[in-house]
Amino acid sequence: MDLINANLANIWLLIIGFFLLYYTLTDGADLGIGILTLFMRDQEEKNAMMQSIHTIWHGNQTWLVILGGMLFGAFPLFYSIVLSALYIPFILMLFGFIFRGVAFEFHAHARGWGKMFWLLSFGLGSFIATLGQGFALGGLMGGIAVQADSFAGKPTDWMNWYSAVAALGVVCGYLMLGSGYLIARTTGRLQQWSYSAARLAGGLTIIVSAAVYVGTSIRHAEMAAKWTAWPPSPVYFFAILTIIACVRYFRSLHQQKRLAPLIWNWLIIILSFTGLSIGLYPEMIPSMDSAPLTVQDVAASETTLRFMLVVMAVLLPIILIYTSYNYWIFRNKKEGEGYAGG
Amino acid sequence: MELFSDHIFLSRLHFAFTAIFHIIWPVLTIGLSLFLVVLEARWLMTRELRYYNHARFWMRLFLLNFAVGVVSGIPMEFQFGTNWSAFSRAGGDIFGHLLGFEASMAFMLEASFLGIMAFGWKRVSPGMHFFSTCMVALGGSLSAFWIMAANSWMQTPVGGEFVNNKFLLTDIYAAIWNPDTFWGITHMWLACLEISLFVIGGISAWYLWRGRYPDFFLTSFKMMLAAAVLITPLQVVIGHGAGKSVTHHQPVKLAAMEAHWQTNPEGQGAAWNILAWPDKKIQDNVWTVSLPYALSLITTESLTGQVKGLREVPVEDQPPLLLTFYGFRVMLVLGGLMVLLMLWSLWLWKKGELTAERVGRHKWMLFGWMAAVPLSYLAMEAGWVVREVGRQPWVIQGVLRTSDGVSPLPTETVAASLLGFVAIYLLLFVVFIFFVWRLLKKGPDFSLNP
Ligand code: HDD
Ligand code: HEM
Ligand code: HEM
Repeated sequence: MDLINANLANIWLLIIGFFLLYYTLTDGADLGIGILTLFMRDQEEKNAMMQSIHTIWHGNQTWLVILGGMLFGAFPLFYSIVLSALYIPFILMLFGFIFRGVAFEFHAHARGWGKMFWLLSFGLGSFIATLGQGFALGGLMGGIAVQADSFAGKPTDWMNWYSAVAALGVVCGYLMLGSGYLIARTTGRLQQWSYSAARLAGGLTIIVSAAVYVGTSIRHAEMAAKWTAWPPSPVYFFAILTIIACVRYFRSLHQQKRLAPLIWNWLIIILSFTGLSIGLYPEMIPSMDSAPLTVQDVAASETTLRFMLVVMAVLLPIILIYTSYNYWIFRNKKEGEGYAGG
Repeated sequence: MELFSDHIFLSRLHFAFTAIFHIIWPVLTIGLSLFLVVLEARWLMTRELRYYNHARFWMRLFLLNFAVGVVSGIPMEFQFGTNWSAFSRAGGDIFGHLLGFEASMAFMLEASFLGIMAFGWKRVSPGMHFFSTCMVALGGSLSAFWIMAANSWMQTPVGGEFVNNKFLLTDIYAAIWNPDTFWGITHMWLACLEISLFVIGGISAWYLWRGRYPDFFLTSFKMMLAAAVLITPLQVVIGHGAGKSVTHHQPVKLAAMEAHWQTNPEGQGAAWNILAWPDKKIQDNVWTVSLPYALSLITTESLTGQVKGLREVPVEDQPPLLLTFYGFRVMLVLGGLMVLLMLWSLWLWKKGELTAERVGRHKWMLFGWMAAVPLSYLAMEAGWVVREVGRQPWVIQGVLRTSDGVSPLPTETVAASLLGFVAIYLLLFVVFIFFVWRLLKKGPDFSLNP
């Protein structure tokens, strides 16, 4: 009990990290599929790609809604500074979500040109939402100007090469997840197409990640110091594991495995995410000129954190049970099912 | 025009616009999902096909409405951080986790079971399907609970103390069950039920008016009417309770709602202004039409009960008056009209006029139901304007001013995102109306069977 009480903020950081990771792995794939439709000419295949996620995207997206609320509750200062500092990327993300989200229902009701319009809305919406998330990530990692617990910079501070590269990285990463999901869920031509997409996206992701790595080392000397320290920090360990997972990923694509690419992909993300978080910890908001804000700085009061933890301990298992049930019910495809068709 | 170059005003407009748009949809989600539960339960009990067909018909409308509700809700959640960062910092200790609970208890439940409810007719047993519909309905009402608890806390912030302009939570239950919570939630939830009933009634009336599927839509019309007999008067009673709670806990808001300037002296009753033209410059009403003693009577149940007047607080603490005063009257008149429409239809029912042959003759009554659809939404929006504008100039009543809650953003940034939301939401609204129109023209699909 004492151990829990002393570490409430850290425990919440872990929980929020879990939400973020879960969201990235699931809705990242949905958004990736959306972007992939922009590269697909055939309207039928486009539709098939969209329908492959029609029962799950909403639940996946809801993890972000939970993440937003819980972040607001557990780390109010973080929520308040980061969202106002990265106003433009977040608004972009929200606009993108609107077009992606209504597309499913509206597409089912539309006819003729309307159908094409809402398919495009699905693709572009996913792309804009992903860009928004990417720029937000880059903007945060690049550092935020904070004074007296409030954002003190300009709304365009995030517009720089570093965040552009980070955004590109997120786009490529989601494309990789999306094609991995399509490989697992489709057959025939679409599946073959997805294998090529996965190879391309995987290659690009590696190149862009290397660029992000270099950029981060330049911007954050202390982080680079952690990465190159001797004896090696755990960060090293994760980096090596990530490289192994990458190799396995490409091999599974080559062998045309059905599920393996997605699973290796997940592992790559989990490992690099963990490594990166350890690299950053205990900083929550890196800053260019003032001192960075740490986990303790931005956390809510102990009363709040404790109460939220009790509720989450009960709630999270229940959520995981019924979301798994939902995946299970729709595990295989049936013809003629879909929006509006019922 | 000066106002539009003020980022505080624009952020307020931003919030008002997006909230007024968002709330249109959840209202029907919450009410209609409960109607779907009733329909499915009756189908399972009686095995009469018409209930199944009803469930399938209304679910189409439900899903279309739900889609817009979800996408307009997400910007609401992030808006506290983007546009109201100082407010988020000040209230995060309680406010944030109420939103988090809403998402994890309510939205996740809705999102997961919605898939089964919408696409799982042939995949799960009827019992499991019914259970999913129940979970969707539960999710909707739970979300109303949490968001209203959060909003009520802004009206009556208790359960902790403000230190350095930051709320420190000490008693979570007191904060959730703050003095306004009960009235806020019941009144809002009933509004959801009431508006959904009027939507069901209005659509059924449209079919009855045109003589299409009269037997089928008499079923939903009568089910709706039976529920409206209970809900519409209850809403007036609960609304009255909400008003008394406002008198007690937010006396300035009440004074603004009633354009009541001068606290009535001991032994004298306060008059109720039926209509008035309040003017802050002269700190009085330019003209009034009023009923003596009535205000004391309504709010304190005594002819001479004391009611605080606006002049008790400095001008800068007085809310905008016209919106609050007339918004309140719009709600009252519409709430009354909705009761009358219900009574009229009930009377026709008793006279045996609600049959497939005869109902088509009562064009005015049917027209009333169709007209009541937009008006019931108007009553709800007016109520929100009273509640939120009446709380001004505070964002957290008595503690944090709206102007101190806003994010440090340049005007152009807020203006650009506001314009974006206006454009996108107009598009969504038009497309939604178009698809509903097409859905209604097509009518129920009787070829579907269990
Ligand atoms: C169908 C919609 C509807 C109808 C018919 C009514 N209301 Fe209402 N009212 C609402 C929908 C609503 C609302 C939109 O749901 C509000 C705004 C926030 C809330 O909790 O309820 C509201 C707020 C609200 C408030 C402000 C509460 C506050 O500021 O904290 C009062 C005093 C009343 N109402 C009173 C009434 C009375 C006396 C009614 C009797 C005719 C009435 N309402 C009918
Ligand atoms: C969905 C129905 C709602 C509507 C139609 C609505 C309407 C409004 C309006 C008209 C304003 C502007 C008031 C003004 O600045 O003069 C406002 C402000 C605000 N409301 Fe609401 N509101 C709703 C629900 C909520 C809820 C549920 C919350 C909190 C959980 C909330 C929190 C706020 C905040 C933070 C502001 C900004 C500060 C302010 O201007 O007071 N609102 N809302
Ligand atoms: C102003 C504060 C509000 C915020 C921050 C907010 C937030 C949200 C969010 C994030 C969603 C999408 C959920 C999803 O992904 O499934 C949503 C939908 C929903 N909201 Fe709101 N909301 C607000 C006001 C309200 C109010 C006042 C009510 C009801 C009384 C309400 C009831 C609902 C319901 C039932 C849904 C489900 C989907 C639908 O709209 O049809 N919300 N809201």
